[in-house]
Amino acid sequence: MITLTPLLTAQPAGDSSGPIWNWEFAVEIFPEILTAFIQVTLLVTVVGTIIAAILGLVIAILIRVLPTPLALIVRWAANFIRMTPIVVQLLVLYYGFTWMDPLLIGFIVFGIHYATYMSEVYRAGIESVPKGQWEATKALSMSAGRTWRRVVIPQALRSTIPSLGNYAISMFKDTPFLFVISVAEMVRVAQTIGAQTFRYTEAITIAGLIFLAASYPTALLINRLEKRLAYAN
Amino acid sequence: MPTPTDPETPVIEFVDVEKRFGDNIVLKDLNFSVRRGERVTLIGPSGSGKTTILRLVMTLEELTGGYIFVDGEPLTHREKDGKRVPVSAKEQKQLRTRIGMVFQQFNLFPNMTVLENIIEAPIHVLGQSKSEATAKAHSLLEQVGLPDKANEHPMSLSGGQQQRVAIARALAMDPEILLLDEVTSALDPEVVGDVLNILRTVADTTNVTMLIVTHEMSFARDVSHKVMMFDGGRVVEEGAPEKIFSDPTHERTKQFLSAVLRDA
Amino acid sequence: MDWLDQQQQYFETLQNFGPRLWDGFVLTVQLTLVGAALAFVIAVILGLMAGSPNLWLRGPARVIIEFFRGTSLLVQLFWVYYVLPLFGLTLESSFTVGVIALGVNYGAYGAEAVRASLTSVSSGQWEATVALSMSWPHKIRRIIFPQAWALMIPSLANLLVHLLKGSAVVYIVGLNDFNFELDQLRRVTDAWFAYAFIGLIAYFLFALVLTQGMRLLEIRAKHRLGQGPTIREILSPAPKMPIASAHPGSTPSLFGGKTPGGQG
Repeated sequence: MITLTPLLTAQPAGDSSGPIWNWEFAVEIFPEILTAFIQVTLLVTVVGTIIAAILGLVIAILIRVLPTPLALIVRWAANFIRMTPIVVQLLVLYYGFTWMDPLLIGFIVFGIHYATYMSEVYRAGIESVPKGQWEATKALSMSAGRTWRRVVIPQALRSTIPSLGNYAISMFKDTPFLFVISVAEMVRVAQTIGAQTFRYTEAITIAGLIFLAASYPTALLINRLEKRLAYAN
Repeated sequence: MPTPTDPETPVIEFVDVEKRFGDNIVLKDLNFSVRRGERVTLIGPSGSGKTTILRLVMTLEELTGGYIFVDGEPLTHREKDGKRVPVSAKEQKQLRTRIGMVFQQFNLFPNMTVLENIIEAPIHVLGQSKSEATAKAHSLLEQVGLPDKANEHPMSLSGGQQQRVAIARALAMDPEILLLDEVTSALDPEVVGDVLNILRTVADTTNVTMLIVTHEMSFARDVSHKVMMFDGGRVVEEGAPEKIFSDPTHERTKQFLSAVLRDA
Repeated sequence: MDWLDQQQQYFETLQNFGPRLWDGFVLTVQLTLVGAALAFVIAVILGLMAGSPNLWLRGPARVIIEFFRGTSLLVQLFWVYYVLPLFGLTLESSFTVGVIALGVNYGAYGAEAVRASLTSVSSGQWEATVALSMSWPHKIRRIIFPQAWALMIPSLANLLVHLLKGSAVVYIVGLNDFNFELDQLRRVTDAWFAYAFIGLIAYFLFALVLTQGMRLLEIRAKHRLGQGPTIREILSPAPKMPIASAHPGSTPSLFGGKTPGGQG
């Protein structure tokens, strides 16, 4: 396996010849950065979000249904994962499970890390289901599984969608942390281009603008959805 | 206290006032004036625009048409070469310091003690010395019957006590005009009388001009010189309280009064 | 005995490494606190601008906030590291590079929290400041911000933990922080679990200290607004009277009930 040297090349000191921004060069490197964006950054975000959305719900339900001591353990385990750096978590798996593909490590770490955030969103959603709904299922002798599946989760889920979306955006903007386990995501590709050509400005800026172009409209969309849901309630 | 050159100048004058929220017209072609020392009560069903009038005078709402004059000076806009132009922030502030307001929800500052609530604006807005403002605050607290509450936190007081502090806070600014916006609506019935009595005393002992929105008809009858009945953003009827309450001419006024007096 | 020998060897290495790890940890603490201080200053300035009614303040603030929220922390770190020198601004220490990147990134998120909490202060409070003719800086400093402060602390606490976690990436521009020293330990011992045990637990404990510190700040801020008990009452092992009955409405407990919200 590749041994990572995380320390970067030195800052460009002497290379101030030429303009700070070169359009021709920017156009030339754009496809490579965009490819990395689609093939890695988006992929990790999508897979990570799916894992987090499912696992988060499982955690939220476990905390609710497990007996108190076990629920407490799950809760503090989630707190532990949520309050420690993704970067360190990535490195732990990277060096601990050397047979694992770094991209797979990315899926796992981002999925689990954000699951702990999303579980809090689900918890709030579950708590917002009126007590009368639980009582009604009891009055109808519904099984626990059926109560969750048909009554609680559908009601709890609605209000959680905007928050889950916001966490997906957060995850998206955290994906460059994959840099430290040498996954060729967008920012790493941009940095590599910079290191090879001694022109960092264009590559880094393009990466930043792609992030902005992808996250800002999505955030606006989620914001609108949030308002509409609040209005509908 | 600044006095206008012409003693006949109304303290408050509305000229062709229009207020709309989006497409919703709340007030239209409203003209009326209030003389110095006059106490005017606005009555009418909710949504008739009474509170909006108070909020326009306090510049809490933006005036969408027409003019409001305070002491003969334009409060928000003036006419210049046939156009409506906004007055400067400085001019507006100069007029606004002559106006005080007591709110339905008291709006005391929770991060300050009762005394600090009262002296904050006199010191920092009017430039009074701390000792001067404090002495005045204590005498006002005495006046509203809360001499021992100066160092309490507003949130530890009852609603009636909070409203009395709010009255003291407004009076500490020595306003020429006092706006009372449903000041008893948020209070428990048994303390309404205390608050109204304090306001009656203020009315009796000072020459402050009052613009009052209230559902307390007996209070309106006692303190006001003039009652204006509003409906649908217009003045339906106005006159002395004795006339309006005992012998209203307009059908709308009769309906309204019979409804509120039955409730009371 | 091979296994035991190996363990002993690990332990010795760890012991020799102790001072370095500690230095790294101290650097991480410094990076977090100084970065948070810068982020807070940026958040307050941008948040006040974004919450101001003036479009010339609000517009630029919105652009800056969305820009730094929308691009990623690592991108900003590289900008400061690689691109700023081209504009003649070479930062000698990677500590400064890290502080600036963390400060602008989390400052932009914090600005949203500041702005949102300013608008969450009840409209009655804003209106009372208008009725008392307070100037904008005066009302913000004395009335609105002290109340918004209590509202923004939970969001700021979340951001502080995010900032601590984000600080772990700064080692890639050559800062010998805690994460860097952990990596050094892995290299010499091949003991990757140093990350898992020492690293994660130390980060976790520091994060706990930070959140509990913020919790105390929140309790104090709320108490100053007349809500909830004092810190002393909460920390006292045997309260003289049940806190719940002494302070109806809210009974924050120091541990538990944490709800980390989103930063997005």
